[in-house]
Amino acid sequence: MKALNRKVLRDLRLMRGQVVAIAIVITSGMAAFVMFIGAMESLTLTRDRFYREYAFADVFASLKRAPESLRERIAAIPGVSVVETRVVAPVKLDIAGFSEPVTAQMISIPEHGSPLLNRLYIRSGRLADPARDDETVVSETFALAHGFRPGDRIGAIINGRRKDLVITGVALSPEFVLIMRAEALSPDFKRFGILWMGRKALGKSFNMDGAFNDVVLAVQPGADTGRILTELDAILARYGGLGSYARKDQISNRMLSEEFRMLRRSAEIYPSIFILVAAFLLNVVISRTVSTQREQIAALKAFGYENRDIALHYSKLVILIVLLGLAGGAVLGIWLEQRMGQLYMEVYRFPALALRINPLTLLAAVAISVLSALAGTLHAVWRAARETPAEAMRPEPPARYRVSLVERLGVGRWLSQPSRIILRNVERKPVRTFLSILGIAVACATMLTSGFFSDAVNYLVTVQFRLAQKEDMKVAFVEATSHRVVFDLAGLPGVYQVEGFRQVPVRFRFGPRSYKTVIDGVEPEGRLHRLLDDRARPVEVPRSGILLGDYLGELLGVKPGDTITVEVLEGNRAVHQVPVAAMSKQFIGTTGTMERTALNRLLREGDAVSGAYLTADTNSWEELYSQFIKMPRVSGITLRTNEIRNFYDVQAKGMLFFTFVATLMACSIAVGVVYNSARIALSERSRELLSLRVLGYTRGEVSYILLGELGLLVLTAIPLGFAIGYGLCHFIASALANDLFRIPMVLTDSTYSMAAAVVLSSAVASALIVRRKLDRLDLVEVLKTRE
Amino acid sequence: MIQGEDRSRHDRDVVFQVSGLTKVYQMGEFEVHALRGVDMELYAGELVVLLGPSGSGKSTLLNILGGLDTASGGQVSYLGISLTEAGDRELTEYRRVHVGFVFQFYNLIPSLTALENVAVVTEIAERPMKPEDALALVGLSERLDHFPAQLSGGEQQRVAIARAISKNPKVLLCDEPTGALDSATGIVVLEALDQVNRELGTATVIITHNVDIAGMADRVINLSDGRISQVTVNAVKKAPRDLHW
Repeated sequence: MKALNRKVLRDLRLMRGQVVAIAIVITSGMAAFVMFIGAMESLTLTRDRFYREYAFADVFASLKRAPESLRERIAAIPGVSVVETRVVAPVKLDIAGFSEPVTAQMISIPEHGSPLLNRLYIRSGRLADPARDDETVVSETFALAHGFRPGDRIGAIINGRRKDLVITGVALSPEFVLIMRAEALSPDFKRFGILWMGRKALGKSFNMDGAFNDVVLAVQPGADTGRILTELDAILARYGGLGSYARKDQISNRMLSEEFRMLRRSAEIYPSIFILVAAFLLNVVISRTVSTQREQIAALKAFGYENRDIALHYSKLVILIVLLGLAGGAVLGIWLEQRMGQLYMEVYRFPALALRINPLTLLAAVAISVLSALAGTLHAVWRAARETPAEAMRPEPPARYRVSLVERLGVGRWLSQPSRIILRNVERKPVRTFLSILGIAVACATMLTSGFFSDAVNYLVTVQFRLAQKEDMKVAFVEATSHRVVFDLAGLPGVYQVEGFRQVPVRFRFGPRSYKTVIDGVEPEGRLHRLLDDRARPVEVPRSGILLGDYLGELLGVKPGDTITVEVLEGNRAVHQVPVAAMSKQFIGTTGTMERTALNRLLREGDAVSGAYLTADTNSWEELYSQFIKMPRVSGITLRTNEIRNFYDVQAKGMLFFTFVATLMACSIAVGVVYNSARIALSERSRELLSLRVLGYTRGEVSYILLGELGLLVLTAIPLGFAIGYGLCHFIASALANDLFRIPMVLTDSTYSMAAAVVLSSAVASALIVRRKLDRLDLVEVLKTRE
Repeated sequence: MIQGEDRSRHDRDVVFQVSGLTKVYQMGEFEVHALRGVDMELYAGELVVLLGPSGSGKSTLLNILGGLDTASGGQVSYLGISLTEAGDRELTEYRRVHVGFVFQFYNLIPSLTALENVAVVTEIAERPMKPEDALALVGLSERLDHFPAQLSGGEQQRVAIARAISKNPKVLLCDEPTGALDSATGIVVLEALDQVNRELGTATVIITHNVDIAGMADRVINLSDGRISQVTVNAVKKAPRDLHW
């Protein structure tokens, strides 16, 4: 090995503490990158393969009922390659040993067996025999939640009639990678499932013999999907079409796309922060190394080494540190990617997760990291290379200082000399001071983002489930029913309060924009189910006109006072012009709200409801379920407590993981920046500090100067970190906003405290290490040398 | 061998009493005997020059006298108090209250002005003089608000002297105070030391390898190979301005 290369290795060993601190920051950045990008690439690959091999449909539409003969007309739409008509129906399930209400969506399997589109991947067992009316295939998450195996039996209430079904198989479908009930906040695998059954049997039960109420299409490559949707809607309009939609709006696929978007964002944001911090740290450390090695550099140049050799020498040092960090990051990242993949697989179901990461992506990450690090240290390396040997042999001139700003403002009188030293040191290198503060602030901000998610979820749960939805359960009817049913429900044993609601599917249009959703008709003086604004105050529902959620308002580009077009997607499918009376903050869902009677009037119907909210004595809940299950008009029952528990369960695991990763990252930045700042400060000031020791200053007094400077940086950084963190959370909240829910911008005091505590403890740990080094420095040595 | 005898010396207080002082350094696998049994006294108000080539042990002796280093064997007492048995805390206290240091490379705090560099000591001392007075004593009244980077080498060293004397120490220990200066500037610095010694009566030890400086001392102690080889009492002290090198 060349002597100079040996020097690189020895230098690395000498500054191992700092090398490790910087490498850890790079490791974190690389790990985050590999984790996010790896998870995204793996899931994308897995998804694309599943979609392709199991023929995920391109267009989806539901309708009330159409004769099978309509199929020909749909197939004739130019650009359509495959048409599959289906019967899709809600069923209530009766599961032995599980007394809570369980609902499912039942989907028909064609007579000839496996569907052409959205084909089933049979995980275990076999496909149900399409000719039989007592066989079914169940979705995997549902089977796992209940421990079902092929051969088990479940009771289904199909259109009011109870039937025993044998589970013949457990399956996955590209249509249901994520299974979520409409309007739900998070998947509930125990209480909602997908069941597949032969078309003939299902059709008979639902009066769909020779007819269909759902159709899926595959389109030819390059075909104009927008036009196909329009034509399909035109054909289905007469048959109660609920509006067709493309793959991108299909719920399972859309949730998956949202996840990918989030992963990509994260892969862009977090690693960038880390590599910038690392580049800054390297700049500081290499600058210091170069200035302490000036005489060595001079000697090397005197021996005939060229500028290029010197530059290369220090570049090697930088590259080795970066590579060290990257290697650690790749290993940690792959481990984290696997954990994250498993976490995803619990919610998103694929036949198998193909874990992979594109070597080119990795190579790009390595190249970007190395280049950023070199760019960060360019100045220092160039300074080392540029000096003439004679110049470099001379000691550096004494550092220039001036009276600090704080002192000039008149506070100076009350400051001790050590405090002045601190202030002037901090002020002498403003850029470095600022970047150090920024680095620590970023650590604090990263911590805030990790706490932000649980704060937001807690807030959502409190506001949504404890203040806005006070009902115990929600009962939905198969179709709109006379309001008298509310009194029937109120008469059931144990029921305290009942409140009816009307819900109607609509499409809003404003100018060129349109959005398909529902209008909720609520009771004007509703107690159980209320709308709340962003400060959790009840929102008054206007007597006339419509109230829109803020997100929906933005999507449509409307403001209060505008008039929007409402196309009703059921019944007579009338089109109305309705004034927007008000807009209100809406975290969950993207809906319009009207007073129920006003909605009834708009629909030109009597006093009708689509369902009811009710509170009841806890002891009577089970009895109530069993009654509801038997009522043919009741299509589903949702329990508020289940919704809350489930929301937490699903969020909790992901959140725990994210908090763990974010804490790890925040600590690595905090330690990296604080430790390096402290080490550099020690190296630059050891002579000065030891001189003070010689003059009679105690260890404590001398530590104050060194650690006081750090303390000042950290204490300045924390409020700045709070501000940056708030901004970052705000950015994340808006980046993640989608029509299912928006994350409320809430950060609790305990999250702020936690972030500050993590940064402070990282700082204290680094300070203690450096203080030990300070205590070990030789008093006599420092007097013999000139800097 | 001892030449001459100063009668008045015995009447004065003994500041340092050193007997059988040894110091052994472990340098990797080798032992370096820096001091091999030194016996000496330092009296109140006297100016002693410790002369010797590099490696003679003079800095080691000064460091032990100043409480910067500990002895391997023998005894050192300051005003009757043993320094050889003192711990880190006591030595810090000793340096803080009793000893003034002047170093070859000044060791000023670059971020503090001349006045503040002196204040750094007066703030922790028991009976300090005013920093302005200390600087006036070394002729720097006009440069109070200058930072080290704005002062010449000689000026920096005079700030260091002002800093060392500002606590009204009993002893002033100077390690090659002119080592980094040209001769003209060096003489200005020595004049300041001489003046402090005369006016404040501070016992002063100056380490140097420059034989010419010995002329200004009351006593000259020669060290070689870790032992005192010769002690000379100057019957007539030269004024620093009469020194040449």
